Amino acid sequence: MLTTTLGLVIIALVLLIVFQLAKTNEMIVALKGEQEAMHSSNRFNANMFLLFLIFGMIGAVWSTFHYAPLYLPMPSSEHGVWIRNMFFWTLVATVPVFFLTHIALFWYSFKYRRDGTRTAYYFPGSNKLELIWTAIPAVVMILLVYEGLRSWYKITGPAPQEATVIEATGQQFFWTIRYGGEDNKIGKKSVKLIGGDNALGLDWEDPDNHDDFVADELHLKIGQPVLVRINAIDVLHSFYLPHFRVKMDAVPGIPTQFWFTPTKTTKQMREELNNPNFNYELACAELCGQAHFSMRKVVVVDDETDFNAWKAQQQPIYVKLGLGTPKTPEKGGTGQIEQHPEGEGEQKTKTAKL
Amino acid sequence: MAIIESGTEIKIDVHDHHEHEHHHEESFISKYVFSQDHKMISRQFLITGILWAIIGVLFSVLFRLQLAWPDESFPILEMLLGKWAEGGKLAPNFYYALVTMHGTIMVFFVLTAGLSGTFSNLLIPLQIGARDMASPFLNMLSYWFFFLAGMIMLVSLFISTGPADGGWTAYPPLSALPKASTGSEFGMTLWLLSMAMFVVSSLLGGLNYITTILNMRTEGMTMMRMPLTMWAFFFTAVLGVLSFPVLLSGAILLLFDRHLGTSFYLSDIYIGGQPLTNAAGELLQGGSPILFQHLFWFLGHPEVYIVILPAMGMVSHVLATNSRKPVFGYSAMVMSILAITVLAFLVWAHHMFISGLNPFIGSIFVLFTLLIAVPSAIKVFNWIGTIWRGNINFTPDTLFSIGFVSLFISGGLTGIYLGNSALDIPLHDTYFVVAHFHIVMGLAAGFGLFVGVYHWFPKLFNGRMMNNTLGYIHFWITFIGSYCIFWPMHYLGMTGVPRRYFQFSNFETFDVYSSLNVFITLAALLVFFAQFLFLINFVHSALYGKKMTTLNPYDSNSLEWTTPIEPGHGNWPGAIPSVYRGPYEYGKGGLDYVPQHVPDSQLWKKEPQNEKV
Repeated sequence: MLTTTLGLVIIALVLLIVFQLAKTNEMIVALKGEQEAMHSSNRFNANMFLLFLIFGMIGAVWSTFHYAPLYLPMPSSEHGVWIRNMFFWTLVATVPVFFLTHIALFWYSFKYRRDGTRTAYYFPGSNKLELIWTAIPAVVMILLVYEGLRSWYKITGPAPQEATVIEATGQQFFWTIRYGGEDNKIGKKSVKLIGGDNALGLDWEDPDNHDDFVADELHLKIGQPVLVRINAIDVLHSFYLPHFRVKMDAVPGIPTQFWFTPTKTTKQMREELNNPNFNYELACAELCGQAHFSMRKVVVVDDETDFNAWKAQQQPIYVKLGLGTPKTPEKGGTGQIEQHPEGEGEQKTKTAKL
Repeated sequence: MAIIESGTEIKIDVHDHHEHEHHHEESFISKYVFSQDHKMISRQFLITGILWAIIGVLFSVLFRLQLAWPDESFPILEMLLGKWAEGGKLAPNFYYALVTMHGTIMVFFVLTAGLSGTFSNLLIPLQIGARDMASPFLNMLSYWFFFLAGMIMLVSLFISTGPADGGWTAYPPLSALPKASTGSEFGMTLWLLSMAMFVVSSLLGGLNYITTILNMRTEGMTMMRMPLTMWAFFFTAVLGVLSFPVLLSGAILLLFDRHLGTSFYLSDIYIGGQPLTNAAGELLQGGSPILFQHLFWFLGHPEVYIVILPAMGMVSHVLATNSRKPVFGYSAMVMSILAITVLAFLVWAHHMFISGLNPFIGSIFVLFTLLIAVPSAIKVFNWIGTIWRGNINFTPDTLFSIGFVSLFISGGLTGIYLGNSALDIPLHDTYFVVAHFHIVMGLAAGFGLFVGVYHWFPKLFNGRMMNNTLGYIHFWITFIGSYCIFWPMHYLGMTGVPRRYFQFSNFETFDVYSSLNVFITLAALLVFFAQFLFLINFVHSALYGKKMTTLNPYDSNSLEWTTPIEPGHGNWPGAIPSVYRGPYEYGKGGLDYVPQHVPDSQLWKKEPQNEKV
C-alpha cells in the first residue's frame, strides 16, 4: 500500500514538473519569436519521426525473429499447412506495403518539415495515380480472396467417408469427448434426458448409443481423418486445438462440426520440440463465464498400435452403467451423413457443410 | 468581416439571427445544462467522453496488472474494488466485468459519443455555414440520452452482483442466463437498458447531422465544396442511423429472453442442474444464439467505421491545412468514404466465420471484407500524397494525424489476415485480433480525438490555445508507448494465445509470454499516466490558455475560422458568409491559401490576410 501511494505521488510530481517545464518552454517561445520557435520544434519532431522510422523498423524485425521460437510449431494437421501457406502469401502481400508506406510517411514528414526554406508544391491530385493505387490493391485482394477461399472450401468441405466420428460437448467449464464406438456413429441425445448417471442426456432407445464411450483425453490416430461434431449445452464455447489450427464454436441448439487429419504424434512432437513434457491441448476460445480460461483437456495423437491399445481399454457408457451389452455393430459405418443428434430438419441447414 | 459582401445572405433562421443581436442573457441552466447551442452540446459530449475515457482506460490498466502479475497481490485493488479483489487479487468474474466495461465504455461512450458526438456537433454548423443544427432541441435530447445511458452504466458498476461480464459483444446464452454468470444478473439488464438509451441518443444525433448537412449549407456550399470532415460526419451519421436500430432490436429481444420467457436466442439448454424450460415446463427450443450475433454485428461492424470515419475526416483536413497543400484527390477521398460506407454493411459476418455460419455465406463476407481494403488503401496513399512536397508544420494535431496514418496502416494490414476466413481459424479470438482492432480502431480513433481537440481547441474554449510543448511530449509518449503495448500482442496471437483469459497458467501452450506480458503492462502504465499530461493541458488551457490573437490561427480555408473568437448562439453576428470555392485551395496560383468565403473578385484586389481582431 505504502509503495503504491509513494509511486502515485512520484508520478504526480513528475507530471507536475513536466507541466512546469512545458509552460516555461512556451514562455521561451514567446521570447525567441514564434517563427524561430516553430522551426526549431518542427526540426525536433521531424527528427523524431526519422528516428521512429529507423528504430521502429529495426525493432519490428528484431522482435519478430526474437519471439519466433515461441510461435506455434509447424501445424500438426494437413489443413494447418494450407493455412500456414495462406499466412505466408498474406505476409508477402502486406509486409512490403507496411514498410514502403511507413518509409514514405515518415521520410516525407522528415523531409518536408516547415523550416522557412520552402513553399508547398500545389498538387491537388492525379487521376492516373488514383487509378494505379486503386487497381493494384484490388488485384492483390482478389488473388488473396481466391487463394483463401480455395483453402476455406477444402477445410469446410465434407469430411472423408472413413473419418472417425467424435463428439465434443462444451459446458461450464469442461469438455466431454464422446466416441462413436465400433459403429462409428454418435447416438441421439437431448438435454431433457440429462440426469443421474446420464450426464450427456443420451437416448438409450437409440442403439447407436450403446457402443459410444466417453474419454478423459482426446485420443487421435495419426493420419486418420477425424470429424468432430461440436455442441454445447449451456452457453457458447469454442472447440480450440491450437496445434492443429482447429477452432469452431460450440452452440447450444445448433450442431457444428470440423474435420481434420492429425499428421504428427505426441511422441514425434516431443522429439521435434525437444520437450519431453509436451502435450497437445484442447481449450475454449469463446468467453463462457468466469472459469473460461481453465477448460483444458489433454489431446494425444497416437500411432496405430498405441491408438488401438488405448481404444481397447475404453468401455461403452451403456456397459459401464450396466444397462446391457451393445449388439454386434455393423462395421465400417461412415457415421456422418446420417447423424442427426438434434433432429433431421436442422441438420441440412445448420451444420457447416457445403 | 470586411471581405464578406454577401448580398444573398440569410436563407434560414432569420429569427435566430435577430435574437442574437439583442444579446439576451441566458440563465445558467439554459446556457450550460439544457443548452441548445451546438457548441455547448459539443463541449458536453467532449467532457463526458473524456471522463468516461479515464474510467475505461483505468479499467484496462487494472486488468493488465492481472495479466502481467497473476500471482501478485495489489492491496490498492482491494481498496478500490472491495469484495471483487479480496486480498488484492482480482476475482475472475470481476476481471471479465472489467474487460466488458472497458470495451463497452471505450467503443460507445468514448469513441462514438466522445468523438463523433463532439466534433459532429461542433463542426457541422460551423463548417457548412449554419447557425445551429436543424433541430437544436433534438440535439440537446441526444446529449441527455447519452448522459442517461452513462448514468445507468455507472450505476451497474456498483450493484452487488457486479456489472455485465459477458464481453462487450454480450453474446447470449451467457448474457441471457443469470445462472451462467454473476454479471448476467441485474448488471446485464442495466447494460441493455443503457445501450437502448445510447441508441436513442445516437439516432437523434445522427438524424440531426444528416438533415443539417443536406439542408442547411450556406449559399454556394455545394456538397463537393464541403470539407472532408463534413463528408466523414455525414456518412458516419448515415451508418449510425441505418445500423443502430438493429442493435436496439437485438437488445430488446435479449431483454425478452431474459425477462419474459421467450427463446429468440435460446435452445436446448441445460443449466443450474436442470433443462431450461418455459413456464409450462417445456424445453425451450428453436432459438438461435447466432441470430444475436448477426443482429449485433450488423451494428457492430459499421460501428467500427462510425468510430474511424470522423477521425479520417479530421486527419485529412488537418494534414491539408498544416502541409499547406490541397488534400490529394479530394473526390477520390469522398468516393472512398462512400465505398467504405456501402461496404461497411456487407462485412459484418467476418466476425462469425467460425460461429457455425454456413461456410458459403462466410465466403461472400471474405470477398467484401478484403475489398474494403481498397478504399482504405486509397485513403492512405492520398494522405501520403497530401504531405508529399508539403510545407509541414508539426503542431500536436499534425503529429497525431501522422500517427493516425501510421496506426491505420499497421492495423489495417492485419485486417487482411483476419478477413480471410481460412486464416481466421487459428487467429480468431486470439491476441492477434486484440492487437488488430486496438491499433486500427481504438488507437487510430483515439488519435483522431486528439487531432480534433488540439486543432479545434480555440473553437471549443473561447479562442484559447493548448500548450504545444506538452502536446509534443504527450504525442511521443503515446505514439511510441501504444506501439509497445499492441505490437507484441501479434506475437501472442501467433502462439494462439486466446483473448479473454484471466490467466494463462492452465495451458502449457499459452503460458510462454510472462515477461512480454509484463512489458506490455509497463507500457500501458506509461501511456496511461502520460494521458494526464493531456488532461492537465486540457483543463489548464481551457481556463488560462493563451488566447489566439487572430481569427484564423492556422490560416485555414474553412468557414469555422470566420466566426468571432467567442461566437454566440448563432455563430456569426452578421450574415452567414457565402462560399465561392472548395475547402482546400492551399498554394494555388501562388497564394498560400484562399478561404472558402473569398470570392474571385477579391483575389484581384489583395492577397487574403489574417484579419486582426
